[in-house]
Amino acid sequence: MTAIPMEYGLILAGILFSLGLIGVLVRRNIIFILLSIEIMLNAAGLAFVVAGSRWGQPDGQVLFIFILTMAAAEVSVGLALVLQLYHKFKTLDADAARKMRG
Amino acid sequence: MNSIFYILSAVAIISTVMAITRLNAVHALLYFIVSLLSTALIFFVLGAPFVAALEIIIYAGAIMVLFVFVVMMLNLGPQAIKQEKEWLSSDMWLGPVILSTILIIELIYILIQHGRQPSGIIVIGPKQVGIALFGPYVLGVELASILLLAGLIGAYHLGRRAKAVETAKSPGNTKDNEKNAPSPPFSKGGFSNEIAEGESQ
Amino acid sequence: MLELLWLVPSLPFAGFLILALSGHRLPAKSAAFIGVISVGLSAAVAFIVSYSFIVSPPTGYSYTQVLWTWLQVGGFAPEIAFYLDVLSVVMILVVTFVSFFIHLYSVEFMRDDEGYRRFFAYMNLFVGSMLTLVLANNLVLLYLGWEGVGLCSYLLIGFWYKDPANGRAAIKAFVVTRIGDASMAVGLFLLFTAFGTLQIQQILHLASQHWPVGSALAVASAALLLGGAVGKSAQLPLQTWLPDAMAGPTPVSALIHAATMVTAGVYLIARTHVLFTLAPPVQSAVAIIGAVTLLLAGLSALTQRDIKRVLAYSTISQIGYMFLALGVGAWSAAIFHFMTHAFFKALLFLGAGVVILGLNQEHDMFKMGGLRKQLPVTFWTFLIGSASLSALPLVTAGFYSKDMILWQVWASDKGNVWLWAAGLTGAFLTSIYTFRMFFLTFSGDATSQVSRKPGIIMTIPLITLAVLSLIGGLVELPETLGNSPLLTDFLHTALPPLAISHADLSAEGNLQFITSLIALIGIIFAYRYFLHSPQHTGRREKIMQNPIAFAVHCFLFQGWNFDLLYDKFIVQPFLWIARVNKNDFIDFIYKGIALLSRALNRSFSFTQSGKVRWYAMGIAIGAIILIGIVELV
Repeated sequence: MTAIPMEYGLILAGILFSLGLIGVLVRRNIIFILLSIEIMLNAAGLAFVVAGSRWGQPDGQVLFIFILTMAAAEVSVGLALVLQLYHKFKTLDADAARKMRG
Repeated sequence: MNSIFYILSAVAIISTVMAITRLNAVHALLYFIVSLLSTALIFFVLGAPFVAALEIIIYAGAIMVLFVFVVMMLNLGPQAIKQEKEWLSSDMWLGPVILSTILIIELIYILIQHGRQPSGIIVIGPKQVGIALFGPYVLGVELASILLLAGLIGAYHLGRRAKAVETAKSPGNTKDNEKNAPSPPFSKGGFSNEIAEGESQ
Repeated sequence: MLELLWLVPSLPFAGFLILALSGHRLPAKSAAFIGVISVGLSAAVAFIVSYSFIVSPPTGYSYTQVLWTWLQVGGFAPEIAFYLDVLSVVMILVVTFVSFFIHLYSVEFMRDDEGYRRFFAYMNLFVGSMLTLVLANNLVLLYLGWEGVGLCSYLLIGFWYKDPANGRAAIKAFVVTRIGDASMAVGLFLLFTAFGTLQIQQILHLASQHWPVGSALAVASAALLLGGAVGKSAQLPLQTWLPDAMAGPTPVSALIHAATMVTAGVYLIARTHVLFTLAPPVQSAVAIIGAVTLLLAGLSALTQRDIKRVLAYSTISQIGYMFLALGVGAWSAAIFHFMTHAFFKALLFLGAGVVILGLNQEHDMFKMGGLRKQLPVTFWTFLIGSASLSALPLVTAGFYSKDMILWQVWASDKGNVWLWAAGLTGAFLTSIYTFRMFFLTFSGDATSQVSRKPGIIMTIPLITLAVLSLIGGLVELPETLGNSPLLTDFLHTALPPLAISHADLSAEGNLQFITSLIALIGIIFAYRYFLHSPQHTGRREKIMQNPIAFAVHCFLFQGWNFDLLYDKFIVQPFLWIARVNKNDFIDFIYKGIALLSRALNRSFSFTQSGKVRWYAMGIAIGAIILIGIVELV
């Protein structure tokens, strides 16, 4: 099989990352913001695996496992916080929590 | 093999676009799961079967399912969808799209400069990943486990407060609101206290 | 025993420090004890030092005690040094003894005041500063004492600070005397530039050597020092602060504004008399200022209703006499009058304090009366004080001192008949207003009951000062009546006696007779118009019906409208200029800095919106910029 150029993989990761960034900046609902962050994390992991595959070493995959672990922990704590936010502000609007303003 | 890669890339990109533009939370999550599946297949094509499996099991199977559970628990009705519609006017998209376009162009520019390196030639299976994990990356594994422990305790604690208050809010219990909402003496201060007091207002 | 000299000013300062540092922790009785004892011990030491000085005088009749060098800048090295000569002896004796009795009086007078300890602290500080002023070896230390007494005057006039009117009176006193102090400071600079030293005796010696009589420098420095003296002694044109200074407690008025501080100007001129003899225009100005002021104040005192204001104007008038004496070269006469004035004026103020306290803070004389039976001791002592002030012939101290002044004004080369006439008119006015005050306060039927009679502690000072007001004149008997000029002989080593060329004994006798007659006529006049009876009130009102008389009465009551004059021509323009200048460009620089900070704050706080997505946007933009930089580099 012909090898896939690494750059294409990385470009794909970049595009997915940017899409996730758009999601973070545009959406106001906290759930969607968290979802977009997951999209970005996934894209970053994709970049790692592509890089590891280019060099033929397992390091990329190892790092992807770490990213996965971190994403899991982050999601669990983040969603617990979302629940607290919902109970306090009665809404999932991310702009509702803006008392810490200058 | 290349054509599979391109098809999968297309699927991933389209499903991600759908995920960020949906109004219904569950729809968006499901589209994202599709994106994750296609990413897993890309991993497979690149010769990393182990993480492909892990992606499906953990990412799509646990994390996204957690998301779905929380969305179900929040019990958002049709008025949530109406609100999403309000919030997502077309002029909201302009700025972020421009920013991201600039970002993508920059990234592509950097990447294209130095020619094409081949990848995906060797298949690296679980055995090699395992040896790497128990070898040079053993410290990372320990740290990751501590991170998971911290996440576990944090999620338990933060989730617990919400639960206690939620039972206090159930009908027939409003008289005890003032008593339940103030925290027991051993609770830690700050955030949870404030949440509880906010509840009693 | 002369080495004990440094204790004389230091003991009151020590008392002040103890009282100031212990504050309310000290019980009231202890505070009073410390306050009185410090001045009492100072008086005792002054007595010992003076006795030692008189019995075995040091060489040159002067003794200098250097404590330490205050500062050393280039060639300028003033010292903390005390200088004792005959003039100082008289001054410290009078100051310490009168202060001691007034402190004793205050123990009971201020008994109910919550600022009891503060009062004694300030009074001690005052006595210490006054003694420093009097004993100072050099003009810098004298200026320190000068400012110290000014400060204490401010603190004590505004003693009851909770009433803003008292604060305003204190500020007025301080600001007006400040004008004089500024003039004196410039005089000090001039003297230092001319002679390179500020030691008083050196200056006087060098001045008499290098400056011819009437030279411009002598006139300038004497005039500037005169400015300071005029401010502190409340003479024309800076006399407006003293009547309002009566807002302070009565012992303060007695001590500071009658017996001691206001005579600091007289002391200054007497101490630097060489400069004044070298500047005849200035010395004439001293005499003229004294003469005009004594008439001005005397006329104003005729119309006042508040008993303390009468005494304030009387003080201004009597110091005018002292200035008049200094102006014609009668130095020892001025010091003699200072001594007797300290006794009877303090006595009159303390007596007035008893009356005020007894009638529950009633100051208006027209509401008093009939106190003879209720306050017998006060009645007799006040009578003695009034008689001494009016210079009742032969029995009172005031007679001898005032008479000496009038005789020497007539007889001196620098005096003329107009000055004498002013002095005589002043004596007439003095007896009128003094006995007006006496009759209004004590005579007639009792209108109100005395609520608080003085105890033994308040009575002892009254009696002592009354005795001194009677016998204090015996130190200087004129030639016609015994010829024992003890004081003049004593003072001649520091203050040269007046050279009398063209007069003789019979003239002196005639003048004394005229003066005595005038005083008695004044008393009779007061008796006719100012008792408390319907007849007398009717007589007074008949005069007041006349519109001209009434207008004159109002004019004199306002103190010849000097306050109005100063307000209109000095204070209001100054305030106007200050208001106009309020937003000048220098102000704008400082305001601009503040405005700039606030504008920057506003623009930067815009970036802290509190919204998460805003911050995410910031991160994204930053990342893009960084990657762009990495790319381009």
